[in-house]
Amino acid sequence: MIPFSIQPGTFALSLATWGLPFDASVHGPAVDRHLLLNLWIILGLAALAHLILLVGLIARRRAEATSWRVEYLPLAALALLFAFLTVRAERLWAAARYTGADPAALQVQVVGEQFAWYFRYPGADYTFGITRPQLVDAGAGNPLGIDPADGHGTDDIVTSELVLPADRQVDLRINSLDVIHGFSVPEMRLKQNAVPGMTIHVHFTPKVPGTYAILCTQVCGLGHYRMNANLRVLPPNEFAAWLAAKQKAVQR
Amino acid sequence: MISPLRRYLFSTDHRVIGIQYLVLALVSVTIGTLLSLLMRIHLVWPDRIVPFHGPILPEDYLALVTIHGTIMLFFVLTTAPQSGFGNLILPAQIGAHRMAFPVANAVSFWLTAAALVILLSSTFVPGGSAISGWMAYPPFSAVASAGPGQGAGMDMWLGSIAVFAIAGTIGAINTLVTIIKLRCEGMTWDRIPLTVWGWFTAALLSIIAFSVLLAALLLLFCDRHAGTSFFIPTGDLVSGVIHAASHPGNGSPLLWLHLFWFFGHPEVYIAILPGLGLTSMLLANFSRRRVFAYRMMIVTTLLIGFLGILLWGHHMFVAGLNPYAASAFAVSTMAIAIPASAKVLSWLVTVWRSRPRYTTAMLFSLGFVSLFITGGLTGPVLAQPILDEYLHNTFFVVAHFHLIMAMAGIFGLFAATYYWFPLMTASSGKSGRMMSERLGRLHFWATIAGAYATFLPMHLTGLMGEPRHYAQLIGVPNAAGHLLAGTLPLNRFITWSAIFLATAQLLFFANLIHSLFRGKPAPPNPWQATTLEWHPALHPNAPAKAAEERIVVYRQPCEYQSTAGEELILPQWSTDAIPNIKPE
Repeated sequence: MIPFSIQPGTFALSLATWGLPFDASVHGPAVDRHLLLNLWIILGLAALAHLILLVGLIARRRAEATSWRVEYLPLAALALLFAFLTVRAERLWAAARYTGADPAALQVQVVGEQFAWYFRYPGADYTFGITRPQLVDAGAGNPLGIDPADGHGTDDIVTSELVLPADRQVDLRINSLDVIHGFSVPEMRLKQNAVPGMTIHVHFTPKVPGTYAILCTQVCGLGHYRMNANLRVLPPNEFAAWLAAKQKAVQR
Repeated sequence: MISPLRRYLFSTDHRVIGIQYLVLALVSVTIGTLLSLLMRIHLVWPDRIVPFHGPILPEDYLALVTIHGTIMLFFVLTTAPQSGFGNLILPAQIGAHRMAFPVANAVSFWLTAAALVILLSSTFVPGGSAISGWMAYPPFSAVASAGPGQGAGMDMWLGSIAVFAIAGTIGAINTLVTIIKLRCEGMTWDRIPLTVWGWFTAALLSIIAFSVLLAALLLLFCDRHAGTSFFIPTGDLVSGVIHAASHPGNGSPLLWLHLFWFFGHPEVYIAILPGLGLTSMLLANFSRRRVFAYRMMIVTTLLIGFLGILLWGHHMFVAGLNPYAASAFAVSTMAIAIPASAKVLSWLVTVWRSRPRYTTAMLFSLGFVSLFITGGLTGPVLAQPILDEYLHNTFFVVAHFHLIMAMAGIFGLFAATYYWFPLMTASSGKSGRMMSERLGRLHFWATIAGAYATFLPMHLTGLMGEPRHYAQLIGVPNAAGHLLAGTLPLNRFITWSAIFLATAQLLFFANLIHSLFRGKPAPPNPWQATTLEWHPALHPNAPAKAAEERIVVYRQPCEYQSTAGEELILPQWSTDAIPNIKPE
């Protein structure tokens, strides 16, 4: 049994957060605020429209409206509202995706395959070794096909759980061996498809130590529903100890 | 004397073909609904055994998802509004006695029927039906060893959709030519009913979208059987086999996503555009009002169609699209909210203080408005890439498109059925029948309650993080298991609601069968409609010689005038001048 350190209220359905899971990333709270703003606005608009519909149906018959204002004024207001939401969302998207990761970010590779996630750390040389699909052999302990002839690969660490330090940016390079998968960490408000033949970078900073779910969110085969892993966020010193132990095990 | 086979089976009569399409859609929607119930039941009671089948395995669940989506989108929501009611009503609404190409019309129907048979029979081939969803992303869909159903089942899926695309293109050409060439005298572009504008725009989109889809299907077929690599990258390793030897090229899975969604997004507008037009017309009909801002409604219909082909990238925000491209697609997607809002405003103004007649058709049109608002408002939320990053492929999306496309689309179809039933049951020299209003009202209230109870809570399970296409929520390992288990109480409620919603449709079937044989005889123009399908010479019960009658149109549809105590209805063919009375 894997020990869990679930945050209080993580999975509880609470009205104030509309059931959103716990938010453990640095960029997440701003995204949540924007999402909740959106949800309250559309709830208000839906209620307003239904109210107008109902009142219009109940009220006594009157001559039909002919003024263009009843169409264009609300339309202009809605256009402004949608423009405001677009711009607000665009700023968050630009901050998250327009620029690459900090050069000092922790480098981790994420690889999807039917039906597992693998995570690779570059080791003491800070360089990922070359991989070849011909060498992939999970049974022999080389699920990613790291080429032993490449010196950079010998110290690479491959794990089946993603372990990260809190409060340090991480630069994920995501790809897939076989079909398209969806790398999703709801509690980090992070999602990016893993596409074979492409390496896609996303970066984020985990904030709160704990164990979180990593899911596959792109249908990839009969094991899609169980293609998941844990993300374990550790305090920096514990992470350093974990990494050192892993490195020692690889070098042995 | 025409043989019954020619008359009912291989008929080139547009009304018979329209009914054939509707029967095909009714069979399809019944199958599609039963498949969805199996999914809902499996999600919350995974150990249930299905009679004559055994337990639902993960690959069975994905086959259910795939066939449910494919059948509902293609064979129900595209077929029934566009081809079914399109054939049945469209020619008469523009004052024509027939469609432009009757033989092509019959060919189109029989190709559609063949496509359905191919799709359904895929369940009997080794491995069963395809499991990669209706969007069939490669390499999952390109490599037979990627899963059960991805061999022969996937080939049959490709064949079925290719045949459907050809049928859809033929039908769309027929629709366009009919509208452009066969309009009667006086039927100017601004006098064409909004339903016809919906069919027109959907047909334009069909030609653009289906041709691209057909090309994409062909490329995917070549990747599977001809050793090409349009969608498979070098060194792709599926089930331990590297596809380098048989597929020497370096393709891109993203290319499929572009091609598929270039088709896929217009496709959802094809499904809803006829419903948008019908709603405008029925609300006006039963409110005894003109459609508010009629010309603007024509423009917004065309604008929704035009913008509909520019926003496919919003399905790809997290698919590996350039983040700048995501921003561009976000703007084009947000832009479509404006013509869509204009439609809602027109509906609200049209019924505002009108004291409408609450016929069943009117109730379903009002239900359409409600669902279009509720389901539509989540569209702008999903159009924002940073929010879609969290919501993409969760049940929030499932809730969105089921409300706006599936439920609103079906409500449009119900409204159309209750409204046009007298025309569907009439034949030469014999007047048609009305559907039971009492059963109809009961059907409406049960359906709208069931629709909201089923699809509103899905927004919440989606916000909680429940992904689509998960064969199981119970017994999933790791922290994910806890996340999914948290959605179970709501999911049980959703399943019960779905069972209720499906059961409520028995009322519709009962009404259909009862009214077909025992329904009240319909008067010539039971709803006091103004559009030409109720014109005595265009009515299906008109004698054969009526086909020579010259049809002339003098005005826009829905010219209702209210004077103190008296209502004046001026059909499009009425020669009376509008009396110069002061409105009340």
